[in-house]
Amino acid sequence: MTAAANAREAILNSVRSALRRGPLDDKRRAELDARRPQHTRPAQDEELVARFIRKFESRAGTTARVASRADVPAAVEAYRVDKGLPAHAAVGAALKDLAWPAGLAVHHDPAGISETMAVSQALAGIAEPGSLMMASGPASPITHNFVPDDHVVVLDAGAIVGHFEEAWEVLRARAEGMPRATNIISGPSRTADVEQTIQLGAHGPRRVHVIIVG
Amino acid sequence: MEIRSKEFKERAVFAIHDASLQQALGKARGGFVGKRAQQAAELPEFEQLREEAKNTKNHILDNLDHYLERYEAAVTAAGGHVHWARDAEEARKIILDICKRVDAKTVTKGKSMVSEEIGLNEALIEHGMEVVETDLGEYIIQLAHEPPSHIIAPAVHKTKDQVSDLFEAAHGGPRKTEVADLVNEARRVLRDKYFRADVGITGGNFLVAETGSSIIVTNEGNGDLTQTLAKVHIVTSGIERVVPTLDDATLFLRLLARSATGQETETYTTISTGPRRAEDLDGPEEYHVVLVDNGRSKMLGGRFKDMLRCIRCGACMNHCPVYGAVGGHAYGWVYPGPMGSVLTPLIKGLDNAYDLPNACTLNGRCASVCPVKIPLPDLLRELRHMQHQQDITPVMQRRALKVWRYVATRPKLYHALEQVGARFLSAIAKNGSIRRLPLASGWTDVRDLPAPAGRTFLELWQGKRGQK
Repeated sequence: MTAAANAREAILNSVRSALRRGPLDDKRRAELDARRPQHTRPAQDEELVARFIRKFESRAGTTARVASRADVPAAVEAYRVDKGLPAHAAVGAALKDLAWPAGLAVHHDPAGISETMAVSQALAGIAEPGSLMMASGPASPITHNFVPDDHVVVLDAGAIVGHFEEAWEVLRARAEGMPRATNIISGPSRTADVEQTIQLGAHGPRRVHVIIVG
Repeated sequence: MEIRSKEFKERAVFAIHDASLQQALGKARGGFVGKRAQQAAELPEFEQLREEAKNTKNHILDNLDHYLERYEAAVTAAGGHVHWARDAEEARKIILDICKRVDAKTVTKGKSMVSEEIGLNEALIEHGMEVVETDLGEYIIQLAHEPPSHIIAPAVHKTKDQVSDLFEAAHGGPRKTEVADLVNEARRVLRDKYFRADVGITGGNFLVAETGSSIIVTNEGNGDLTQTLAKVHIVTSGIERVVPTLDDATLFLRLLARSATGQETETYTTISTGPRRAEDLDGPEEYHVVLVDNGRSKMLGGRFKDMLRCIRCGACMNHCPVYGAVGGHAYGWVYPGPMGSVLTPLIKGLDNAYDLPNACTLNGRCASVCPVKIPLPDLLRELRHMQHQQDITPVMQRRALKVWRYVATRPKLYHALEQVGARFLSAIAKNGSIRRLPLASGWTDVRDLPAPAGRTFLELWQGKRGQK
């Protein structure tokens, strides 16, 4: 047996001997695999979009709401101009089909070290804590979520769910399975590591702006 | 990391006289406690969740072998690799071998207490690699060549002035004095490291058996840049961190941020599953998880099984009067405070950490805030009991305890001595207090001892009953 296999068996055997039993039988294993926990979910009595906005903004995130997907480029451009950002952006390929303004240089590659703004499509919103759920993939590179100073996220109002558990159902329903990275984002990057003083923009985006569609 | 818990008393005395440390601890003390209390009060289900979290962890621990195997199968199916390490040395070797195979020159690290536990940084540096801690707190203490003093706020013992000095020495001037400028400077320096890194190492708050995912919870985003931009992502985690499903992870997520930093949620919860897919544009090409036992499976069988429920939130140390007075470094190893006083003797040996279980007033605050209801004072008392049984307790203390037992089991003798004591103390008191008392200088050196009334409680009580 190789050293690696040895260590694996030794640890599993040590666990079993501590539990004073041998390996579980197939019946018990099947029962454990079939277990569907029903943990307590914190009560909510608020409309989902309103709660999402309230919670997300409570942590220094900002939001805007537009009527349809076609309105997204103008809302992004308004944000960019308002913040005085350069006229270029990394845009997830999920938003490729939108009519981006001619003056805005857009690409769909990962975000490099000098990228200033990224625009991404969220897979879902979770109203419970007011968080975005991003699924990585060719249409939504992970670097878009973390490298630029400004992150603009497009979220469909209908994709906001109440609790985490419902967001997991969205993940489980994906034909392609789990993405490499599922990023749940609750606002701008922050730190309190110097004398517990909260400072935004530690390593990730300094600002996160959500455009809610619908 | 070399254990120095035997020096607890000396280190505690040093800490109490360290003005900068006391200033830093003073600033931290109220914040964590108040914010946690507010979060707990705002969630009516909080106590219910604590009970469920305790029961769920117990269920996991009772079936740990199965959930670990299921987790391993799911990681493998997602294209990742699981490695098993019996102890710190095996864990270091596994990680070193991966780093050497990909010819790693720069290794970035997100916060990982297990990597501290296994002494990883020293091993990588010894083999010529540049190791960069990217969590701001970890980065600060790496510049100071110090270990973390808190499991979630590693640089909590540093004042802003000290951080300014460290940054000026490392990055050059001009010296920054505002928190915003210090954070920006670290951001700029570390950006470059993320993009150059060959290997990125993070911890794992939870390992999900259902999906083969590791979950980390952070505020800064450093853990994400670390694992996304390096060619190889390695996760270090204890074997007890596995949970069956995403729904189970959620139960603990609802408690973790509230208990740790007093936030409703941390900024980033990241679920990592395997390496980048063929069609992905970014992400690591390899994904490895190192499952570290290092004494945990042994704990599972005995009286300390409860300790394996720990989700490393740090609430116990935030609420501990001893930790609040001396800070984390006095404890002499990786894990400080109440949870560290239980774990250190169990992982590093009872005789290597004699003072830790005894540096506790048994006030019980830690247990009352623990999100998974670990009975920390009971476990500390149990360790004291074991120390006594294994003859580790000092001889003088053992003799004194024997005398105490002799007296305490003889009520007449006990009350007679009590009467002598009460009269003696009352006689030497001035203005109702005692300034100096032989054999009790530990108390009277720093404060007066209130004098007793001259008669014992029993005498007074019996006097009252006689009056009726």
